[in-house]
Amino acid sequence: GYLHFTKKKKKTFLRTRGSETISKAGTDQSGVALVINRPPSNHTPDTDPDPDPGETTQAVFTLNYPRIQIPFEITLWVLLASFAKIGFHVYHKITVWVPESCLLISIGLIVGGIMHSLHEKPPAVLTSNAFFLYMLPPIVLDSGYFMPTRPFFENFGTVLWFAVVGTLWNSIGIGISLFAICQIEVFGVQDITLQENFLFASIISAVEPVAVLTVFEDISVHEQLYIVVFGECLFNDAVTVVLYNLFNHVAALEVVEAGDVFLDIGRFFVVGLGGTIFGALFGFVTAFTTRFTGKVREIEPLIIFLYSYLAYLIAELFAISSIMAIVICALTMKYYVEENVSQRSCTTIRHVIKMVGSVSETLIFFFLGVVTITTEHEWNWGYILFALLFALLWRGLGILVLTQIINPFRTIPFNFKDQFGLAYGGLRGAVSFALAFTLPDNIGRKDLFITGTIVVIIFTVFIQGITIRPLLKLMNVRKTNRNQETINDEIHKRLMEHTVAGIEDLCGQWSHYYWKDKFMKFNNRILRKILIRDNHPESSIVALYKKLELQNAMEVLDQMSGDISAAPSLISLHEERKNASKSRKKFLSSDVTNMHELLSKNMYKIRHRTVSYTNKHTLPDDITAREILMRRHTSLRRSLRAGSFHGTNAAKMSQKYFSLPMGRSLNSRFPPRRLVHADGDIESEINYSSIRHPQRVSSKAVMPLRPLNTLKEVASSVNTVDGQNEEQRGCRRSHLGSNVSRSGHLTSHLPHGSSRNCSDGDHDAWVEEPQNNSDVQHPLMRRPHWLPQKPHDK
Amino acid sequence: KKLNISHSQITRLYSRFHSLDKGENGALSREDFQRIPELAINPLGDRIINAFFPEGEDQVNFRGFMRTLAHFRPVEDNEKNKDLTSGEPLNSRTNKLHFAFQLYDLDRDDKISRDELLQVLRMMVGVNISDEQLGSIADRTIQEADTNGDMCISFSEFTKVLEKVDVEQKMSIRFLH
Repeated sequence: GYLHFTKKKKKTFLRTRGSETISKAGTDQSGVALVINRPPSNHTPDTDPDPDPGETTQAVFTLNYPRIQIPFEITLWVLLASFAKIGFHVYHKITVWVPESCLLISIGLIVGGIMHSLHEKPPAVLTSNAFFLYMLPPIVLDSGYFMPTRPFFENFGTVLWFAVVGTLWNSIGIGISLFAICQIEVFGVQDITLQENFLFASIISAVEPVAVLTVFEDISVHEQLYIVVFGECLFNDAVTVVLYNLFNHVAALEVVEAGDVFLDIGRFFVVGLGGTIFGALFGFVTAFTTRFTGKVREIEPLIIFLYSYLAYLIAELFAISSIMAIVICALTMKYYVEENVSQRSCTTIRHVIKMVGSVSETLIFFFLGVVTITTEHEWNWGYILFALLFALLWRGLGILVLTQIINPFRTIPFNFKDQFGLAYGGLRGAVSFALAFTLPDNIGRKDLFITGTIVVIIFTVFIQGITIRPLLKLMNVRKTNRNQETINDEIHKRLMEHTVAGIEDLCGQWSHYYWKDKFMKFNNRILRKILIRDNHPESSIVALYKKLELQNAMEVLDQMSGDISAAPSLISLHEERKNASKSRKKFLSSDVTNMHELLSKNMYKIRHRTVSYTNKHTLPDDITAREILMRRHTSLRRSLRAGSFHGTNAAKMSQKYFSLPMGRSLNSRFPPRRLVHADGDIESEINYSSIRHPQRVSSKAVMPLRPLNTLKEVASSVNTVDGQNEEQRGCRRSHLGSNVSRSGHLTSHLPHGSSRNCSDGDHDAWVEEPQNNSDVQHPLMRRPHWLPQKPHDK
Repeated sequence: KKLNISHSQITRLYSRFHSLDKGENGALSREDFQRIPELAINPLGDRIINAFFPEGEDQVNFRGFMRTLAHFRPVEDNEKNKDLTSGEPLNSRTNKLHFAFQLYDLDRDDKISRDELLQVLRMMVGVNISDEQLGSIADRTIQEADTNGDMCISFSEFTKVLEKVDVEQKMSIRFLH
């Protein structure tokens, strides 16, 4: 549209100015120069040889559009798409009911309509190269990087099964049925060969997870289903592209021989495996490189992106599956890279990947809308409708059959609801569209195929996308009869669910445990030494926890709100005694419904760890984890003063500050543990000599606690030393010593971890090494913007 | 043997026990459990860990570990009938319920008091519920379950109120068989 605009402007300008050529030297006709005083001749003002006195021939204000045209238009398109995204979220309810892809396509349709009425052509950016080299890699990198690895590997077989076999089933099934339809003369599409049918079928069998996953998340389907859908979509991108190339190649051939077919099948495996190996290789190289970037933190994200992209390109060079390559690369390197890079780089990497992936996807849907209106369509009722029908039918059949086959091999089989979700959730999207659009022109019925693809995409995205949510909810609701549930049911059920989730995590459920074990040994012995910079002989679990605590610490201090510390976890019951003599309250049914609602909205869902990762359009958000961790820390701190709480209702007070101070303070503050549980050394594999202090004199050890008393509850009017001695006893009584030691243990990692980050110069509050306790200053006192608040009863 | 868990599972769990046991002294302490990050962000993490340690002790050996885990074994159909042969098996419905009960009942007085309930509730909900609302929910919960009017939930009341719930299925982990 902008080109149009400038042309018009130029025309008017020409008309009014009346001069023939006003182009600057060197540019084409569309340059415009605004001249203050019109030169008397037709020469360009700059080269006017006769400078008349009193007339400036220099252009004061120039407008040179073609120079910036391409970047400008790209920026504007992207900006437009971004505005669309912003606009959607203004009214929150929309995004709940209508998946974002629908909205984007609608906007695209509108813009397309506008352009069409202005007789503009859409920007010719969707060439094969542009799509496959620029727009697809970010999307795939996004999916690969944020893929939760553990559930993924646990369900690897199922994922592959559905992705590969499922897509094959779909393509072949649809292809054959369509070919059969073509034979019927009525529809007039007899010229479409079998190969071309297969090609079309492979295009429309690629599913997209975007809308489905958001819905699944809201309904909280169990994570097995989740990860299968996610993984399937990821891999079937690769499979589809391979099939597409395969059939493309085959479609060009006149005669297909059996030998060719076998070659192609063999090629399929080469492509897939080759991509995987390549990806893994690049992943390791990236990890290795990040080992040395300790001094140049700024380029760390760049390295990640460059290597991933390089993996993609080189895979394309060898015509092996580039999607697989980039995904596997992201998977492999993520683990090591996130240990090597600084916290900031980590955040940057995640943000940028999300951003670019999101933009890319947005643009594709957007163009879908635009192109729908502006291209020449070839419409053939029979073919297209049957294509749609078969697409749905074969997917449903496919899921049914495949599930039956694979269920016996799974520890948790899929029931019918799951299968319905899988089948109905097969929306088509970006990849299908791009593949259709970039079909080679020698396919006779290219326009028909494009139209068909667009129809299938729009149907699935709009109709299935919008209805899947109510349908799934309906199926869910029918199972649990909400009205008859008592509050007890709800609470205790949730308790049980959390318990089971906890026990499962404790057992480290891993179905291919043997291989994982071997791999982890290999990993610890060899890989980590090579690929990670400061390799401590600590388990990866600890590292993960450390990272979580680190992020938590930073965020906690930024966010001084909320009543999170309301209740401790294992504090002794003395503190909790209130006036318990309440008479029986009367509960209205409306009260009960309110309670149900309150509980269902606010109780923590289980297994948030997977769910939060797979939200396609936003970054993983672990608010729940944060809340829980914060609570634990406040409860830990409070428990240290458990002794001073006797007989008061202090425990009910909410503390407005949070107990995770920076650096080593927790370490220094919690040595009471050593006093209480004098059961020998803890042989920690982590050699922090400072921790290994022997039984220390209590007053010294707890001296850092003293400043706390001034900051907090009323109840601490108790004599500090006595109070703290009592606390230690209180500690024992309340079983919290171990909690305390645990955090002392682990947060002592914090300083070490932070010492790595010190080179950023980020946190001046971080200290280099954990050391003696005696001269520790209360870190909370140090931070200038922290306001001690009066605790208050609730 | 009494636990009826298959040999391969026991081996696997022993490896897991071993990998958790950083101190290499054949027993797990609370820190060892707390190192599991998923437990750290489980709202009931501490309580679950606590359930492994018998009263007053701070170490649990493999036998104790397995004993606790055995509660979560799925109930086989053929076992449902032979309920009281040699004492109830650990994974019976009653024992599963008892496990859940003890997550609430910290002071082991066989009653869930209002405060105990409140504590657990607070652990399980987010920040948007005020203390008052939570208090009402707790009151209602006790009211629904309490039959003898002592404002506490005893174990038998607990069992009764959950009689419609499929506890055998909810408190089971599939691979433990």
